[in-house]
Amino acid sequence: MATAAPTLPDELGRFGPYGGRYMPEILVAPLEQLEAVYREAKDDPAFHAELAQLNKNFSGRPTALYYCKRLSEQLGGAEIWLKREDLLHTGAHKINNSLGQALLARRMGKKRIIAETGAGQHGVATATVCALFGLECRIYMGSEDMRRQSLNVFRMRLLGAEVVGVDTGSATLKDAISEAMRDWVASFAETHFLLGSALGPHPYPMIVRDFQRVIGLEAREQFLEANGKLPDLLIACVGGGSNSIGLFHPFLADKDVRMVGVEAGGRGEKLGDHAARFSGGAPGVLQGTYSYLLQDDDGQIALTHSISAGLDYASVGPEHAWLRDQGRAEYVNCLDQDALEAVRLLSRTEGIIPAMESAHAIAEAVKRAPEAKGQKFLVNLSGRGDKDIGIFRENMPDLEG
Amino acid sequence: MSETVILVGSTVRTKSMNRIDLAFERLRRENMRGLIAYLTAGDPSPDRTVELVLALERGGADIIELGVPFSDPTADGPVIQRASDRALKAGTTFVKVLDMIRELRKRSQIPIVVFSYLNPILRYGFERFATDAAAAGADGALLTDLNVEAAEPYLSEMQSHDLMPVFLVSQTTSPDRLQQVAKASGGFLYLVSTAGVTGVRDTIASGALPLVERARAATDLPLALGFGLSKKEHMQAIAPYADAAIVGSAFMRVVEETQGALDLPQRLESLAAELKSGLAAQS
Repeated sequence: MATAAPTLPDELGRFGPYGGRYMPEILVAPLEQLEAVYREAKDDPAFHAELAQLNKNFSGRPTALYYCKRLSEQLGGAEIWLKREDLLHTGAHKINNSLGQALLARRMGKKRIIAETGAGQHGVATATVCALFGLECRIYMGSEDMRRQSLNVFRMRLLGAEVVGVDTGSATLKDAISEAMRDWVASFAETHFLLGSALGPHPYPMIVRDFQRVIGLEAREQFLEANGKLPDLLIACVGGGSNSIGLFHPFLADKDVRMVGVEAGGRGEKLGDHAARFSGGAPGVLQGTYSYLLQDDDGQIALTHSISAGLDYASVGPEHAWLRDQGRAEYVNCLDQDALEAVRLLSRTEGIIPAMESAHAIAEAVKRAPEAKGQKFLVNLSGRGDKDIGIFRENMPDLEG
Repeated sequence: MSETVILVGSTVRTKSMNRIDLAFERLRRENMRGLIAYLTAGDPSPDRTVELVLALERGGADIIELGVPFSDPTADGPVIQRASDRALKAGTTFVKVLDMIRELRKRSQIPIVVFSYLNPILRYGFERFATDAAAAGADGALLTDLNVEAAEPYLSEMQSHDLMPVFLVSQTTSPDRLQQVAKASGGFLYLVSTAGVTGVRDTIASGALPLVERARAATDLPLALGFGLSKKEHMQAIAPYADAAIVGSAFMRVVEETQGALDLPQRLESLAAELKSGLAAQS
């Protein structure tokens, strides 16, 4: 079908009207350089061979496809299958992209890496690949996120990265991205900005998606092999949107496979209490890309809230905006409380503690399964919950003492 | 009023001269370089902006870049970030910036360039923006994160309301791109003198002069150099080759240091005067 559009983005980096490259003029040249080097790498079998080798032997790909027997039986409806990105080295899908971009940095001869991080998973993955390749690494992280993901801050430092706290704005992911951009406008000659989500200016949404497509490519093959058919529904959480686009993209041409992205519903529907860009936002430009955006009537960026740092962002990857407008994917949101319940449920029925972010996708599966007897859901378990134990403890007082 | 040919987008047309063009014409006559002063509108509060602009004008500023505060100013250093925060906390909106321009026009004909990140203007709507900005008395606009290849609906609105679209070029801008940006620009071309965000710096980047030379070869527009310029020595250093200096953070630092003080206008005026004294063009 038309919306599969494997040729997107167009030459201006657009997915329909979304995406693009809205950046200070000085960054146009480094972005063009990145795009050129990426296109060259994409056509180079040696690049793919090296990445595949690292994915296999360093990260632990392919990740398992796992059928949640007890959970599915308990819900009494759809079968729930998990793509186990939580089993990857460093604990989340983020390493797929960090490895790919580190290879691009090396190709460009850039010895210094900067990155933003929200939950800290992208920061940890980036610190990890920098250690692997011997690159200098600086991670920008909102001070609020440093507080709620303190374990990941320590991990990054242990891996040799410098972690710089950002106090401006809401002191979360958005502010970390701004600070990384400010570093980059002065340092691009020797520094690669290793953006971790499928957002920001072109070519990032395309590059990050392409490095995350391995999730969907593997899952599609594994699912076919296990079931002899494709899943009825894909479910993934959407912060910037990298794990979800990685899962969705290889299925876009499979018109019978429905897709749902789950945003952070936070505490409720009031602006400032959530990160539900599709239901609460309007198209606008933030940090280089045109997409759905939480903003006020004057075009100022709204504050966001989510219990999960990785979903707490005012904009969303532009390709998701396009898929949504085309009706190819559906986007819903999940309250903090429901995500916490999903953490407990998956832990107890399957012995898998999900990341706070991924729990939003689990919650949606739990909600839909009872009404979907005979269907098979494929949920991306994008990360593991080890990093979130502090948050779980704060929110599950009944388990203490 | 004299007539001139102005290039806007790809169309050539004739129109009455805009205040920015008049300012550069006067500067040429006086054998002076221009001082373009950036001020974040609404800092320390919306009701003080007009008097601050008038003070800059008394001090010798030739053009004012009036900054619309934005919640996420990714291209700005800490001084303008904080200015933007204070202005937003003081309740500044684009609608109020228009009020300031209207108020200013009762007392001054200094050229005004509205300086903004894209999103507040996108939200307001390009057509409404151009209509209202022109009606209020603005002369041009610069949208920091709107690149020329994505500028089309904006450019035609600017053109139909006789507003000058100012764009940036930097040392990394390729020769082809420099042509493209210069062609779309009106009023003057903003040359980013150095890599990095806005902010006060000690020295002028060595790449500034070659950038001016490249731009000179690509366009007849006046060339204004900005980013990091903050003192008289900087003005003297660039006066031989640039048509104007753009100074922002140095002024906003004064605004910050003198929060609300009564002598703020005098201090801005004397800084402007000191900078302007370094801008005589050698003949």
